[in-house]
Amino acid sequence: MSTLDFIVALISAAVLNGAPLMYGTSGEILTQKSGNMNLGVEGLMFMGGAFGLLGAFTYGNAAGDSASGVVAVIIALVCAFAAGMAGSLIFSFLTITLRANQNVTGLALTIFGTGLGQFVGELMRIRVGGNVSISNALKVSFAGSPFPKFLQDIPVAGKLIFGYNVFVYLGIVMIIVMHHFLAKTRKGLYLRAVGESPSTADAAGINVTRYRYFATVIGGGISAVGGMVYTMTIAGTVWNHTGLSGEGWIAVALVIFCLWKPINSLWGSVLFGALLILYIRLPIPFIPTQIYKVVPYIVTALVLIMVSIRQKREDQPPAALGTAFFREDR
Amino acid sequence: MESVHAVELKGITKRFGSNTANDNIDLYVDRGVIMALLGENGSGKTTLMNMLAGIYLPDEGRIFVGGKEVTISSPKDAFDNHIGMIHQHFRLVDVFTAAENVVLGLDEPGRLDIKAASAKVKEISERYGFEIDPDKKIYDMSVSEKQTVEIIKVLYRGADILILDEPTAVLTPQEIERLFKVMKAMRADGKVIIIITHKLNEVMEVSDVVAVLRKGKHIKTVRTAETDPKELTELMVGRKVELNIDRKTPVDPKPRLTIAGLTVKDGEGVKKLDDVGFIAYGGEILGVAGIAGSGQKELLEAIAGLRRIEEGSIIYSPEGKAPQQIVGKSAMEIKDAGVAMAFVPEDRLGMGLVGGMGMTGNMLLRTWNKGKGIFVDRRAPEKLASDVMESLEVVTPGIYYPVRKLSGGNVQKVLVGREIASAPSVLMTAYAVRGLDINTSYTIYNLMCQQKDKGVAVIFVGEDLDVLLELCDRILVLCGGKVSGIVDARTATKEQVGILMTSVGGKGGKADA
Repeated sequence: MSTLDFIVALISAAVLNGAPLMYGTSGEILTQKSGNMNLGVEGLMFMGGAFGLLGAFTYGNAAGDSASGVVAVIIALVCAFAAGMAGSLIFSFLTITLRANQNVTGLALTIFGTGLGQFVGELMRIRVGGNVSISNALKVSFAGSPFPKFLQDIPVAGKLIFGYNVFVYLGIVMIIVMHHFLAKTRKGLYLRAVGESPSTADAAGINVTRYRYFATVIGGGISAVGGMVYTMTIAGTVWNHTGLSGEGWIAVALVIFCLWKPINSLWGSVLFGALLILYIRLPIPFIPTQIYKVVPYIVTALVLIMVSIRQKREDQPPAALGTAFFREDR
Repeated sequence: MESVHAVELKGITKRFGSNTANDNIDLYVDRGVIMALLGENGSGKTTLMNMLAGIYLPDEGRIFVGGKEVTISSPKDAFDNHIGMIHQHFRLVDVFTAAENVVLGLDEPGRLDIKAASAKVKEISERYGFEIDPDKKIYDMSVSEKQTVEIIKVLYRGADILILDEPTAVLTPQEIERLFKVMKAMRADGKVIIIITHKLNEVMEVSDVVAVLRKGKHIKTVRTAETDPKELTELMVGRKVELNIDRKTPVDPKPRLTIAGLTVKDGEGVKKLDDVGFIAYGGEILGVAGIAGSGQKELLEAIAGLRRIEEGSIIYSPEGKAPQQIVGKSAMEIKDAGVAMAFVPEDRLGMGLVGGMGMTGNMLLRTWNKGKGIFVDRRAPEKLASDVMESLEVVTPGIYYPVRKLSGGNVQKVLVGREIASAPSVLMTAYAVRGLDINTSYTIYNLMCQQKDKGVAVIFVGEDLDVLLELCDRILVLCGGKVSGIVDARTATKEQVGILMTSVGGKGGKADA
């Protein structure tokens, strides 16, 4: 394998493994921008993974040979998104309406979500009596590139630009839209204000509760899609009860790494995707794989240290992150 | 037939738990009038106005705006009724620009156009004589600039009724003058302005009518022209009070702190104190004057051992003991040697008090290492808390009630009371009366004088030049981290100090200084 081939393969693998993080992270960024710290991303991604698979699997079985790949992808997306929305709706109700502690609630959501995801996944496995998997024809729609073959066949660029699954492109578009929303639109400005200073936003007539619900529920949906992307692409549409573990936590770490800017998650998730698979692609003798696996967290810690040394105001977390808002509180 | 009032409150009552903040209040204001809302701390001024601004809902009573009964259940309702409130704690997003803050929460149709908003901000600034850069970030702004943004924010929304909650508490004399000019321009424009304050000289200077609140009740509304500070004080406090500072000539002052060549840098390496030298005498009150951020905070922190000192020496000469160098000693050692500091930051709770704990717990913060054995001695702080509560008339449901929930002035009494109680030989206070009502302020001034009479070296960092001149023996003026001059408070004039504040040595001062 030439060096060029190696690099191309490494980048492709990094992007493939970065795609779930792209969703997990950008969803959590949207949530945190509203001042809500949802530590339940891990749980949401498990739910997204299980329900996304369940949706596609049920559809594939029902439609048989006439099943359409596009429809299967849409069903998986909708199921994962809905599961994520449901999970974060519970979180929102507890933390926004009932003003429960966000960290505790988030951890509870992680436990609940992983449990529910495992339950659904294992139930499918038992029902089917073996590995849950969708037909090969449908698998291609999930894992294959949506571009025509001649584009993919362009040397180097074909693989680097056109060689990814549909969720990578969808994720890029989603992140650019989110960036534009937060940076340029009125609603985006108001959402950031809610996360920075809810009492200011409230005094300015912004409905803090509504914005927090909106950002948390949509953000949770997006995060959950990340779980589905993992199950349907990297895990090869097979339910594997350990595969997803840790993805959600890396996504939370990546939020900090990206300095709460969705646009940074474009390259941040690819970088972390690379760090996740480096132990397979670039093994160094006598270095255990566990060392590789802690690298993303070490990098996050280093970024945190650097950011706090530089003290640039724009790079700090939303000022009201993690705090409940109550108008009559003083 | 009387004309319709711009705002009228009828029978407004608001309770927080068992605490009645406003009790059956009737009040009205007319167009083109500046009304001062006067009252001691915790008399319910801010609570009452918060009900107009949609922060609180009244439990009982009715509100009329322009003769029509309205329900104001959110800040948005307030804006719809053309009411805008400038809170004491600014409601601004730090990482946004002025223009972004101004457009926050508006339901304007179409795309977000910050440029157009900037232009409109400029236009409003010119109309009323503000100076503001719409594209400047809030965290880069001075307190006065932030306040300007707040005022523009409500004007941008077309507010005709402006409520200002203690707007002058954090401004320099020059800035206050500018604010009053703006307020008068707005009055000429037919707007209603309600200013919450307890500074009587300001009430007399700027208002047309004064409404006095006491313990949640509306006592009386009087025309400013027909009253005087003495009457207002009595209305406010409910009894005759003597507002005199008993300033005695220092008896046999001995050097207590001898400071020379003190230089302190901040985290970015900028000099905050530059070659500062002076002597603080026991039995004397040394005032420290200066524009906010001239190094007052750094000076006190350096003496207290909370800040790294680049260069210089601080010789501490306690009564009957050998002089000692305290540069390089830890904050604990310095405190134990008898140097106490009461610093009241802008947010009051930021330094020295734990908001979630009661008075007792906060007293404990100074004595936690005194007790014997592994258990904390609770009895002494309990007694201290009760003493402070009584002598300074702290309004609180009890000494275990979280100080965070007390009104601002009461929080401060707890802080200052605790420092005085530690019987120090050097007492440093910064902004000890910031936001306190007149009665409490004088209580604190006289506490300072008592300390001075006991031979304590008192360093008093203040904002109000009138008070500094009345209270202190000498005044040290800081300007940009340098000692601009030390004047005798008995003979100096306000103008003299003002000029020293803006230029080192009083030379080359700006025309407006």
